[in-house]
Amino acid sequence: MEMVESKHKWKAWIYLSPAIILLLIFTVWPIINTVRMAFLENYSGLKSIGGATFKFGIGNFQKVVKYQKFLQCLKNTVLLCVITVPVSTVLALLIAVCLNSIKFLQKPLQTIFFLPYVTNSIAIGMVFAAMFNIVGSFYGTENEIVVTAGIINNIIEFFGGKRVNWINTGSSYLANMTVMVVYIVWNALPFKILILLGGLQSINKQYYDAARVDGTSRRRIFTRITVPLLSPMIAYVVITGFIGGFKEYTSIVGIFGEKMGPADDAGRLNTMVGFIYDALSTNNQGRASAAALILFGIILVVTLINMQVSKKRVHY
Amino acid sequence: MEVTLQNLTKVFPSRNKKSGEEVIAVNDMSITIPDGKLVGLLGPSGCGKSTTLYMICGLQKATGGKIFFGKDDVTNLTPENRGVGLVFQNYALYPHLTVKQNILFPLQNLKGEDKLSKEEMLKRAVDVAKLVQIDNLLDRKPSELSGGQQQRVAIARALVKMPRVLLLDEPLSNLDARLRLQTREEIRRIQRETKITTVFVTHDQEEAMSISDEIVIMKLGVVQQIGKPQDVYDSPANLFVAKFLGTPPINVFSGYVKNEKICIGDDVVLPAKGIEDQEVWVGIRPEGFVLDDNGAFHCGLNAVEVMGRDVSIVATNDNAVSPTIRAIIPSDSGVDHESKSVTFSLKPYKTFIFRKDTEERIYLEK
Amino acid sequence: MSEIIMHEKDIQKTSLRQKIVFALVQVFLYVFLLLMAVIVLFPFYWMIISSLKSLSEYRESVPTFFPRKVMFSNYAQAFTSANLGRLFMNTLYVGVVSTILSLVITILSAFAFARLEFKGKNALFAALLATMMIPGELFTITNYSTVTKLGWINTYTVLIVPFLVSVFYIYLLRQNFMQIPDELYLAAKVDGTSDLKYLCKVMIPLSLPTLISITILKMMGAWNSYIWPRLVANDEAHRMITNGLRNAFTETTGDVNYPVQMAAVALVSFPLFLVFVFLRKYIMKGVSRSGIKG
Repeated sequence: MEMVESKHKWKAWIYLSPAIILLLIFTVWPIINTVRMAFLENYSGLKSIGGATFKFGIGNFQKVVKYQKFLQCLKNTVLLCVITVPVSTVLALLIAVCLNSIKFLQKPLQTIFFLPYVTNSIAIGMVFAAMFNIVGSFYGTENEIVVTAGIINNIIEFFGGKRVNWINTGSSYLANMTVMVVYIVWNALPFKILILLGGLQSINKQYYDAARVDGTSRRRIFTRITVPLLSPMIAYVVITGFIGGFKEYTSIVGIFGEKMGPADDAGRLNTMVGFIYDALSTNNQGRASAAALILFGIILVVTLINMQVSKKRVHY
Repeated sequence: MEVTLQNLTKVFPSRNKKSGEEVIAVNDMSITIPDGKLVGLLGPSGCGKSTTLYMICGLQKATGGKIFFGKDDVTNLTPENRGVGLVFQNYALYPHLTVKQNILFPLQNLKGEDKLSKEEMLKRAVDVAKLVQIDNLLDRKPSELSGGQQQRVAIARALVKMPRVLLLDEPLSNLDARLRLQTREEIRRIQRETKITTVFVTHDQEEAMSISDEIVIMKLGVVQQIGKPQDVYDSPANLFVAKFLGTPPINVFSGYVKNEKICIGDDVVLPAKGIEDQEVWVGIRPEGFVLDDNGAFHCGLNAVEVMGRDVSIVATNDNAVSPTIRAIIPSDSGVDHESKSVTFSLKPYKTFIFRKDTEERIYLEK
Repeated sequence: MSEIIMHEKDIQKTSLRQKIVFALVQVFLYVFLLLMAVIVLFPFYWMIISSLKSLSEYRESVPTFFPRKVMFSNYAQAFTSANLGRLFMNTLYVGVVSTILSLVITILSAFAFARLEFKGKNALFAALLATMMIPGELFTITNYSTVTKLGWINTYTVLIVPFLVSVFYIYLLRQNFMQIPDELYLAAKVDGTSDLKYLCKVMIPLSLPTLISITILKMMGAWNSYIWPRLVANDEAHRMITNGLRNAFTETTGDVNYPVQMAAVALVSFPLFLVFVFLRKYIMKGVSRSGIKG
């Protein structure tokens, strides 16, 4: 567009000014300031107003990584990530491939599978909690009163299993994590199905015709043609899945409330993001900043690793 | 392997459900493709030639009729159970696999008794790669190959499982003009060497004529004529076939038969013994004109194009269907470039007449 | 080359086997998909029937799969007890205002990046894109102090202003603008059309689908926002819907009045379903290009 170069070059800046001003205040300054706070030992907004000065150093980081709560948050976040991302990706891939190979009911089913996307993760988290919750009191004691065991336990008992204390007082970490994995996977499916199905539909149909003429079995078509040709999309949903997974927070609030854990063990399921907000709401901006930078570092590294792996694995 | 199509019909349901109009892509087609021959399915786009090919392959199911490979009725078999090889128009090479992996792909599908050892597979792949002369490209990806090379890989992939029938969908349409000439000879050579019954589809009559043992000309789902290319050219069954074959195309005139003579306007051009009086289309091949001052056929002279060995005379005639007609004559015939008119006599075996209504050929007595 | 000779019987057998395999595969596909669809839909179903049960019916040890007596009164109770009316209005106000302002800013910036020439354009655009990689939590920490200093805590401003600029939407719209042929712009220049008029008369109408996608995603973002409002505007007057819902029903486990709670959840979810039903196309299009939620 060299030829219509505007005579008034400042004009462009007028168009851009609202965005730039807002970005300077709410994006650029925070980047600088967060890094600054992270390297000021024990920085606190309140104390800073009170006139306190802070020593420059990496104390915040040292404290954070030694902090037992932080390690628990890290462990929860990583566990949820490494379980839910592969599970939801594989399940979404299966559903997308199946959807792609049917004709009748394809559109309605596609709509159904996309439905969980347009939900409020707090609200639907409360529904999941209702489904897993045992209504009653005194669990685990001799005086245990169970009013209703929740629909999931009802179903388990219907098939002859024993009911599980999923999220109530006295529930196990394993049970809590299982509920979270189920909910997060349920929540993650629609986006992944949408992307993968879109990818599948853009694969040239002739590759499948060619494979059929050659008598390729369904399994081989899937592993040797579909997956390689879909690999860019798979890499995309895995990378975005990990990025989202490391920021997991509201889904846990949805099910467990702001306690982030069963009633007798608050904070048991807290995540990295939860840790940052906890530090922030207790006016420990230094610690929060350090944790946020660590989170950023982890996401960056995981993304780079993912991209490195997909460079080798993703075809063309 | 002889391939027989018996009353083969393909009807596509209408896309628009409300109008309910069906499209008959192939209508009651019965032909026999002889064993070991190279046969071209030829026709303008939408004539049903590709549908026919896909039905022979098994990718599309026939609505009616039967398909035999030899004595086997394969109508209800899926492609993999028919033993066919198919080369797609745009080759459909798997972009993520190397040439070698692409060629090996069909072999790795074999199961049970047919399963080959790794060495055997590799040997077959290398053999077929040598046959199509790509054995130096085995480790490349398809994106690193030229169009002609991709074409050869596609043929190799189709041939490696030793199909009973080889099918090619518009094999030359994605190549540039120079490669097209080279590749069509190549296809001919490979077919001769392997002796596999081969059917290919094309809209390019020159391509079909040049390499086919037999051509099948189709129009709107109906076979118009089958035969050796030269026979069909020399004796078209109807006006459509006559117009479809030959470059430059045949010249068509509105004429009539009167008193057992073929007339165009006032010119009485050829005898037509035993033909009753009627209006007809007269088709004259460009090479059917002979420059002859005493000839019966008079035309206006528009231009003379020199082509070296021959000259092409662009002429006009009030009864011609197209604004100009074209005659090809040897350059030593001594045509007068300056003249305003030209007179021809006609070669009887290059002149055809067709019924005005059905456009069927009216055969003249020899 | 070898030829496979098949006998008539073999052919019939193969043909039959093909049909059986095809049928089996189809059956498997539908069973699997329908099963998954049931699992996906079940929470919604459970939410709705639970919201219509009486408390005593909900608490029966053998669950009913359709309420014996349909209790619409749960909805009325939920609406008043969670003060949903106020929450709806707050959220709607914040959503509409921030969407309009955000669209204006996005359109102006995208136009500058797509059509105007100025020094450092590409560098600036690249810098903007780079900020997309940083997790939002990193900004929140400082923004929290900033809005506190500005005295914006517990105002509508704090819910609207900090998130007006979305680099992603600017990117999306710029791509769309760039697809509009240069010739149209040149023709407009020859006719003496001003940039602003060209933007309004040509580029915006041509990019309407993208603008609709952005609007829907932005509105859904307001509806679903939770973390930031909880931090900066959690008072009665300015509380947003999601926070209100969470605050009104703090107990998720133990002895909870689920029918009312589920009625409240359903009330929060219905607007989203409506949007989904009528504007699915735009949501899917926006989402497949973004991968962000709200």
